[in-house]
Amino acid sequence: MADAAPAVLDAHAEGGHRGPGNLGDRVFNGVLWTLGIMVLVVAGLIVLNLALVARPLAKEHSIWGFITSTEWNPIEEHYGALPFLYGTLVTSAVSIVLAVPIAIGLGLFITQFAPPKLGRVLTIPVELLAAIPSVVYGLWGLFVVVPWLRSAIEPWLGKYFGWVPLFTGPPIGLGYLASGLILAVMILPTIVAVSVEVMKTTPEANREAALALGATKWESVMMAVIPYSRAGILGAVLLGLGRALGETMAVTMVIGNAPQISASLFAPGYSLPAVIANEFAEAVSSVHIGALAGLGLILFATTFILNAAARVLVTAVQKGPGRISG
Amino acid sequence: MMNLHSSFLYRKMVDRGMAVVCALLFLVAFIPLLSVLWLVITKGAAGLSWDFFTQLPKPVGEEGGGIGNALIGTLAMVAIACVLGLPLGVGAGVYLAEKGDGTIGNTIRFMAEVLSGVPSIVIGIVAYALVVKPMGHFSALAGGVALAILMIPTLARATEELVRLVPGSLREASLALGVPNWKTSMRVVIRTAMSGIVTACLLAVARAAGETAPLIFTALNNQYWNFDPRAPTASLTVQIYNYAISPYDDWHTKAWTASLVLLLVVGMLNVASRVMTRSRLKGAR
Amino acid sequence: MIPAPAAHAMTSEKPAVALPTSAAAATVLTDEATQPKVEVKDLNVYFRTNHAIRHVSLSVQPQTVLAVIGPSGCGKSTFIRALNRMHDLVPGARVEGKVYVDGKDLYARGIDPVLLRRRVGMVFQRPNPFPTMSIYENVAAGLTLNGIGGNHHETVERCLRQAALWDEVKDRLKHAGTSLSGGQQQRLCIARALAVEPEVLLMDEPASALDPIATAKIEELIHELKEKYTIIIVTHSMQQAARVSDNTAFFYLGELIEIGPTAQIFTNPRERRTEDYVTGKFG
Repeated sequence: MADAAPAVLDAHAEGGHRGPGNLGDRVFNGVLWTLGIMVLVVAGLIVLNLALVARPLAKEHSIWGFITSTEWNPIEEHYGALPFLYGTLVTSAVSIVLAVPIAIGLGLFITQFAPPKLGRVLTIPVELLAAIPSVVYGLWGLFVVVPWLRSAIEPWLGKYFGWVPLFTGPPIGLGYLASGLILAVMILPTIVAVSVEVMKTTPEANREAALALGATKWESVMMAVIPYSRAGILGAVLLGLGRALGETMAVTMVIGNAPQISASLFAPGYSLPAVIANEFAEAVSSVHIGALAGLGLILFATTFILNAAARVLVTAVQKGPGRISG
Repeated sequence: MMNLHSSFLYRKMVDRGMAVVCALLFLVAFIPLLSVLWLVITKGAAGLSWDFFTQLPKPVGEEGGGIGNALIGTLAMVAIACVLGLPLGVGAGVYLAEKGDGTIGNTIRFMAEVLSGVPSIVIGIVAYALVVKPMGHFSALAGGVALAILMIPTLARATEELVRLVPGSLREASLALGVPNWKTSMRVVIRTAMSGIVTACLLAVARAAGETAPLIFTALNNQYWNFDPRAPTASLTVQIYNYAISPYDDWHTKAWTASLVLLLVVGMLNVASRVMTRSRLKGAR
Repeated sequence: MIPAPAAHAMTSEKPAVALPTSAAAATVLTDEATQPKVEVKDLNVYFRTNHAIRHVSLSVQPQTVLAVIGPSGCGKSTFIRALNRMHDLVPGARVEGKVYVDGKDLYARGIDPVLLRRRVGMVFQRPNPFPTMSIYENVAAGLTLNGIGGNHHETVERCLRQAALWDEVKDRLKHAGTSLSGGQQQRLCIARALAVEPEVLLMDEPASALDPIATAKIEELIHELKEKYTIIIVTHSMQQAARVSDNTAFFYLGELIEIGPTAQIFTNPRERRTEDYVTGKFG
């Protein structure tokens, strides 16, 4: 009852009490309010400054031209975002395709198949994966994954699946596939963690009902857990996707830094964060900087929308539209 | 709708099979983890030495040298980030927990949630606009600001959850003793949540220490010792990056060693936070 | 929750009997014609549109124990929380009427609710020692949190003795407050409440979360505390009311139905509803 925040409303018709305590309350509430508002201020600053830095670009280029042009030439001041959009999308798609089945499987294993104690232990390696800084992943990618792809995987794929346009071209190791692979490892913990949280909220009653009908464990999972957590798992995937889109260092180190569009996964490419990381420090002309900031704006908008959608989905599941009470 | 096959054995097989598949998936997930850790340790351990921690990087071809300035730089920028980001992040979280139930509170909460997913490189651009441009040059301050902005949303959310966990009966007990509301909030409620908040801060610091992208064009880099926050500064992560993408083998080795140092730092922070969590859960209840 | 037509109660149906009941109780209680320690006049508590406490008037003599009994939801807790202005902190709560302690109206203009809560203390249903503080710090909390520094050792010992806890904890004052058993924790909370030197002690079902042995200890404690303090205790157990209190007030649906000496309420109640309740016909 008295849990509520102390809003001293119309507590008494005559009101007007309070001595020094009231001043303390007012100051405290004021400080808190200011700190809270700072979050909105920061958000505003982000959008404002991105727009400001990007402005010189808007003066020279049309927005549509910027987004659809494939040429990126700082010397001649032609700026097209398409190669980077493409690269970001492709690497993220590869990472999602690789990571999602594994992540869901891991989530199921931790929450459903493994005994609870084992489940708790198994979250440790997942958390460790999440704690490794991205530059270390990049280092590992550059000296382990890329050579492995170059010498083993890509030749094998080219040999047996070379008729698929995805697997054509010289296996240099660097490129979309390497980036996608490393990204998959990096977003795995995110998807697993959120999926585990979501799956845990499946009411026992749902699962037990399935089991009581004679279903096997796997079947009870398919009948009760997956349908219930579907939206939340989708949210987890969106969060992972958001992370993949914005990942910079590891991708920069293995993607090959070639602002082009290629159908093959073996080809080198470029991503939005990678080009910003590589060129921003040395960019001189304000249009060049503006173009890079424009790419940043695209990134910001995309991840913002993705995260907002993910949050809606995850909270919807946790509030439980399908919850059986009692 | 699930088709329940009449053959019980088949269903049993599928059930067992899927459990095995899920378990195997763990191996798939484990392999990269083990690979990274193994390689960092084996390739990096050899380079560890007192010199490595205390010396400046040497030019190519010369023996020795170290990451001394990079360590100081990371320390400095993380410190700046803490000064700016911890009060704002924790404060916003306390606000959300104590007063965050209206429209404004919901908006702030939504923003904090969504902002925590903004790519760090974008934050780097913002810090560039906020600090580098007005100052006219790169600086450790700009790097610190970028890291601070990164810390705030996650800290705010974690703090809010922790403060909300404190039972309302504690607030009531304090108020019934004649303690004003603001003192109750600070010295009872927040104090009870404090060890959890410290844990969250440790994790935020660990994350900040591992960031690279936002530092590349805010703090840039520096081959020399630098103690001036207004000048470009080296950092552990950017140094690893530069070593890694260079064409020189001995620099590659240095990259591994520096990565080992980074992993140790991040690892210790994570372990410290875990230890705090365990002792909090054991002690309080 | 409380049906509007329950206004058939005291105040309108039997006006001649309603106030006289309290007045009669008042005369019964004031043999020596001393001023009551606590006097409530026409108290009403609203939660938005819910009229939770209706026109309650009663008084409590100093150094006596008043038990407040009644079925679940009758407003017992709401009533005593109005006596230390805890409703000030609930959005949408409105309190009308007067509550006098030593002749001063707590709800008057210019009265600081924070300060008054040091004169009217409260012990809650579930023990709630502060988890980050030791036993010593818990008892002294009311003082230290209010900035009263210095060595509180005397106060802590005195209050722990008054709460009959000193002997059990004197060797482990530095241990966490939460390291005690449930019954000990509740006595710790009582000691904590006593440390700010209140004159009136409000107890909201203090033993309901405790086992019978701990409950017995609390009841014994109340007998001792009565010598110094004026106590108002809410209880859902009639036997407990019979054991610890001098006077008893029976509430039903937010109204005070009857108040009088405990013995009389339980053996020879005036009101039909009181009789029904104490004989177990409902509640």
